[in-house]
Amino acid sequence: MSKVALVVDDSMVIRKMVTMALKAISFEVLDAPDGRRALEVAKGKDLALVITDLNMPVMTGLEFIHEFRADPDHKFTPILFLTTETDEGMRNEARSAGATAWIVKPFHPDKLIAVIQKLGI
Amino acid sequence: MGEIHLDLDGLLDTFFEEAEEHLDAFETGLLELEATPEDHEVIGRIFRAAHSIKGASGTFGLGDITSFTHALETVLDRLRAREIAYSADVARALLASVDVLRGLVRAAREGAAAPPEAVPVRALLEQFYRTAPAPKPEAVAQPAIALQVGRKVRVRFAPKPDFMCRGMDPLAILRDVADCGEVESRVVDASAVPDLGDLDPESFYLSFVLVMRTERTDAEIAEAFAFVDDLCTFAIEAETEDAPQELVEADARAAGEPVVDVAAPAKEAVAPPKDAKTPAAASTIRVATEKVDKLLDLVSEIVIAQAMIVDATRAPGPDAETRLNDALQALDRHTRELQERVMSIRMVPLASVFGRLPRMVRDLAGTIGKKVQLVVEGEGTEIDKSMVEQLADPPTHLVRNAIDHGLEFPEQRAEQGKPAEGTVRIRAFHQGGNVVIEVGDDGKGLDSKQIRAKAERLGLVSPDEVLSDEQIHELIFHAGFSTAAKVSDVSGRGVGMDVVKRNVEALKGSLSLSTEMGHGTQVRLRLPLTLAIVDGLAVRVGAQTFVVPLLSVLESFRPMPSQVRAVLGASEVIDIRGTSVPVIRLHELLDAPNAERDPSRALLCIVEANGTSLALLVDDVIGQAQFVVKSLEVNYRKVPSLMGATILGDGRVAMIIDVQSLARTDHRSRAVATSSEVMIPVSEVA
Repeated sequence: MSKVALVVDDSMVIRKMVTMALKAISFEVLDAPDGRRALEVAKGKDLALVITDLNMPVMTGLEFIHEFRADPDHKFTPILFLTTETDEGMRNEARSAGATAWIVKPFHPDKLIAVIQKLGI
Repeated sequence: MGEIHLDLDGLLDTFFEEAEEHLDAFETGLLELEATPEDHEVIGRIFRAAHSIKGASGTFGLGDITSFTHALETVLDRLRAREIAYSADVARALLASVDVLRGLVRAAREGAAAPPEAVPVRALLEQFYRTAPAPKPEAVAQPAIALQVGRKVRVRFAPKPDFMCRGMDPLAILRDVADCGEVESRVVDASAVPDLGDLDPESFYLSFVLVMRTERTDAEIAEAFAFVDDLCTFAIEAETEDAPQELVEADARAAGEPVVDVAAPAKEAVAPPKDAKTPAAASTIRVATEKVDKLLDLVSEIVIAQAMIVDATRAPGPDAETRLNDALQALDRHTRELQERVMSIRMVPLASVFGRLPRMVRDLAGTIGKKVQLVVEGEGTEIDKSMVEQLADPPTHLVRNAIDHGLEFPEQRAEQGKPAEGTVRIRAFHQGGNVVIEVGDDGKGLDSKQIRAKAERLGLVSPDEVLSDEQIHELIFHAGFSTAAKVSDVSGRGVGMDVVKRNVEALKGSLSLSTEMGHGTQVRLRLPLTLAIVDGLAVRVGAQTFVVPLLSVLESFRPMPSQVRAVLGASEVIDIRGTSVPVIRLHELLDAPNAERDPSRALLCIVEANGTSLALLVDDVIGQAQFVVKSLEVNYRKVPSLMGATILGDGRVAMIIDVQSLARTDHRSRAVATSSEVMIPVSEVA
């Protein structure tokens, strides 16, 4: 059975791109346009990886990471978040909220794949 | 790691589409900000829009867009952090940025050069963050450095002692750094390694210096340290460009650093694709998943109905006929619903057309010194996507005209006891299978006397002609009436109403006007929901069937032999209620054999387009129905006088007549035409 990843981003381009990259390394991919929907999608699922944007409408990535981590099912799921080089403060907040690693935007899908492989997910 | 090939080009269209949406949101947000400059929620939304465009554009290697949005984002960030105050200057720069970004997106899409305004507007933006306190150096520096090619940097990397205990591999990091460019020298500092007795085998004691030539920015190189920045110290410093390598190493030695060579792979940097391909702007549509699910439901219903039919015909029984009828009814119902639903997928809200109006109103009102309140209603009204793309102009021109010509200046309004601020109201709604768009103002209304005087001066009407007020108002749609038509669009002034009318008619729509002196004018556009299906009247000419769009049909009747008379040799006219209407023999125009040639034994179908009436001679009227329009241009080539073809219930093909092109042709050639010359050359249509 292939590993399932959840992609959360309000930008469809990013969602598609990340999905494409993940599928290329045989992930099954679920996606959601904001944190709120992502929590709904994630409920009860066995996820191997979560990739989320931070800056999103409805529910921000930080809030999402907090709530997602609070679910015992998802206590150890690696969370990668997407950020920009200027978001230093956010980066630390996201880490303390329970995120595993981050990727600086803009990024090429190859880079994303490299990071995932580097983390050994 | 294995090479995985990912094709990003397929995503470009989605990017362009999304960028447009973000820009619309951006613009709307900016206008909201005018009213509530302190609204954090709005600033956040605007920031997010710029941020999203920047993030995705970088991935596609659209550097112009990335660096411009970066400048924009920096200003917005300052605004968000209240480091700069919202002012008219900021507003102007931000609005100008939207235009530049639109231009940049368009340029990227079409593979054209970046708009020239990008440079000055960029400078305008930068001026706000230059004056801001303590600009983040990397934010400012990045675009500048990005332009340098192959600069030399010195990267220092010192892992903390517990680096490897935390599961990190220093070599992997070094490799990532080395991948950023051409490594010229590597130095390992082992001075911190203690004596063997003091050495903790789980601790890490080395540090590294790489001198390399790179095209990457500092921030990009720093990414190599992304997950370890709290587990190490690192620095990226510019290296003096001309410093020979030996000197660098000598430097290192002089500093007492023992030198050990590390076999770090010096791989050619993989540059991001800078020349993103620009595919032909393919038209895409986004559909809610639920809509697609419903389609699937319907298709399965149809499959079931089909199975029932097969079953009823294969297994004859006493109830076979009833079963067959039930199945056919179900099939009929589901097919119709499927058609409606598929059509609905193509439907998009008019919001995208109306969305640009507030900005235009703001700019125009400011330019000419009028106070305008724009009221937009019904922007959720849906219309076929192909229409939306062509519909942008008419409502914009109408709103422009309403402000320019309809509304009075504030002082004039005050004199008449009206509020100083004029109101322009644009409203859209569905009505009987059409979309209606109304543009109204509470301005001065049309002055029949003035219009008539001008029309007489221009020779459009003769002084003794008797015209109702409505007929006089119609004159403003006449080509040549509007002097504004000569004024270029760029100046912000309206275009002639005749252009508006022509555009609307090109969309198979119609236009009407009501006005009251001193109280305002309202123009009403009526448009079909789609161009893919036309309400038509099927007519027979000889053995062939043709379709005349119902919108243009006024009436049909059998003329008395005396009603049709020849003028100017071969041309014919019919007198209807005192007006001479040219007769067009469709069998001659369209070369249909065996048709009835005597009008008094055939029918005349009176049609109207562009204000011109024509009488089409047909054998018979079959009836009205909806016809699916198939393009002739796509499947064959453009044919004058025909707007397309359709397939009839019995499988035959019928041509759909383009009444507008007939009206135009006839208008031009009436004086000289023999009826066989009515067909116009292809070049003139195209």
